Amino acid sequence: MQKVNVAIIGSGNIGTDLMIKILRLSDRLSMSVLVGIDPESDGLARAKRMGVVTCHTGIDGLLEMPEWKDIKIIFDATSAKAHLYNWDKVKAFPDKKMIDLTPAAVGPYLVPPVNFGDNLEVSNVNMVTCGGQATIPIVAAVHQVAKVHYGEIVASIASKSAGPGTRANIDEFTETTAEAIEKVGGADRGKAIIVLNPAEPPLVMRDTVFTLSEQADREKITQSIHAMVQEVQKYVPGYQLHQEVQFDDIPASDPVFIEGLGLRHGLKTTVLLKVVGAGHYLPEYAGNLDIMTSAARATAERIAYRISD
Amino acid sequence: MKHKIYIQDVTLRDGMHAIRHQYGQEKIKEIAIALDKAGVDAIEISHGDGLAGGSFNYGFGKHTDWEWLEGINEVLDHACLTTLILPGIATIDDLKKARDLGVSSVRIATHCTEADIAPQHIEAAKKLGMDVGGFLMMAHMNDPEPLAQQAKIMEDAGADCVYVTDSAGALLMDGVIDRIKAFRDLLKDDTEIGIHCHHNLSLGVANTIVAYQHGANRLDASLAGMGAGAGNCPLEVLVAVLNKMDVDNNADVFQLMDIADDIIRPLQTRPVRVDRETLSLGYAGVYSSFLLHSERAAKKYGLDTRTILNELGKRKMVGGQEDMIVDVALDLLKQQSS
Repeated sequence: MQKVNVAIIGSGNIGTDLMIKILRLSDRLSMSVLVGIDPESDGLARAKRMGVVTCHTGIDGLLEMPEWKDIKIIFDATSAKAHLYNWDKVKAFPDKKMIDLTPAAVGPYLVPPVNFGDNLEVSNVNMVTCGGQATIPIVAAVHQVAKVHYGEIVASIASKSAGPGTRANIDEFTETTAEAIEKVGGADRGKAIIVLNPAEPPLVMRDTVFTLSEQADREKITQSIHAMVQEVQKYVPGYQLHQEVQFDDIPASDPVFIEGLGLRHGLKTTVLLKVVGAGHYLPEYAGNLDIMTSAARATAERIAYRISD
Repeated sequence: MKHKIYIQDVTLRDGMHAIRHQYGQEKIKEIAIALDKAGVDAIEISHGDGLAGGSFNYGFGKHTDWEWLEGINEVLDHACLTTLILPGIATIDDLKKARDLGVSSVRIATHCTEADIAPQHIEAAKKLGMDVGGFLMMAHMNDPEPLAQQAKIMEDAGADCVYVTDSAGALLMDGVIDRIKAFRDLLKDDTEIGIHCHHNLSLGVANTIVAYQHGANRLDASLAGMGAGAGNCPLEVLVAVLNKMDVDNNADVFQLMDIADDIIRPLQTRPVRVDRETLSLGYAGVYSSFLLHSERAAKKYGLDTRTILNELGKRKMVGGQEDMIVDVALDLLKQQSS
């Protein structure tokens, strides 16, 4: 099969980890250029050591390179603001697709096992957030069985795995994830919480999903969740249910008051997840990094499959 | 520069934890008016976990924050209406809504090592014209000098005051003194220093007083200690002690005693006191708000609350990780059966 050439803009934790994954794991993607803006960055140095062509003058530099015309997929692992600039340049080339790993969300949210098929013709897709990639598949799995009124997620990540970009824009995480719980997960209302834990040695990423749905067969919900976990494991091997799925009745006689929805009752489902990273660029605790880059890789491979088909 | 003593009541914010965030709107108004008459300087109102805290993870409130806050500023004669947010839970949009309801002061709370997630919110609050406090939670988990460095990040972002927040009620008096001194040494003279205590080791009042003696001027307290765990520094006791020390303050101790006993204590469905569970919070260094969640998990899964709390402490869980309580309970069950 013909490999599809890709470029990554951004040589920080995410861009570098994604590069390593493509080099080591992908039989459909060919790593063409890693683009940064700091010639001294660790990511660009790593790329050179691994034999990858680099560019330290951003998207403008990339456009001047001989490799550019053969590149079909461009990952953006910069920042929301930089993405707007980058997309403005890339959209002039209709043969190229962009996968946005920033919170800019110019294109629709994409969570591979849930809605890849809905976005086949789109030229810019957004990967939501690390917490969104870890939890929205579960919200959707419950929603496949029972109407989800409310989906809430808590992402706990090791302090060491949260870069300066995440820290300076924490509202982008809560707002983007909450919106995607609704748009992709199917909940009427979404809520997202992120907690940084500085423990040493660093703790592995944990994600908890709570849903309030209509009453439904608990066994069917559990089966749906297990099936979804297996789907995610296909591209994130360290993704796992840490506990059995927990259920609680919220009876009509003792409802909960949910902002924006009012008094609600039904079935509360609790799913306790753990995301162990593959240890490519950051150590195994950084499951948040791993799930984001793995979801982007999985998306690109599906696009590549369609291009070369 | 000597800052004026400033007593902030947290009965209607931290106190939410003690009754699962179930204050009615009328009760909030009644208590706020009484506190204002009794002369406290500031009254904090929100879900126990700050604005937008209503959730499965922390417990849904009886009302939204907006319903609790609405119409309160209008009935206060002199006390400042304040609130609290945790970046990662609430957003700048929530802060704007609160400001529009008359909230003129806010505390931005982070774990004691994660101050750098707060500057965006501190700057936004300053732009909204608010008085801003930085709130470094679980302060026992960071040493004095690095904690002061975290306070500096908040000061640099524009905070008017930074707090040593003993969320676990785990600090002893020397631990408080060392942290306040480290703040005073590093922060600018015109930055105020605050202290927020929990009473889990029965040191709520003592820790607040030694903090005051070493340079803290913003003191947190709540009526009858109404707050998470064994509660906060009890307000009426604090004022009695300050009076006996001849420390000038605006509060009326007899009125506070009456509100504490006549209005607040009857609301407490679980007594707010030092007992084996709440003492365990201070002893194991666990976030006080974990108390009721852990008691509920212990009941559901047939475990001892203290065993759960100790394990949470061992795993170094931080404020906000209430979801890990059920996780720990299920792990303990697995251990028992293996």
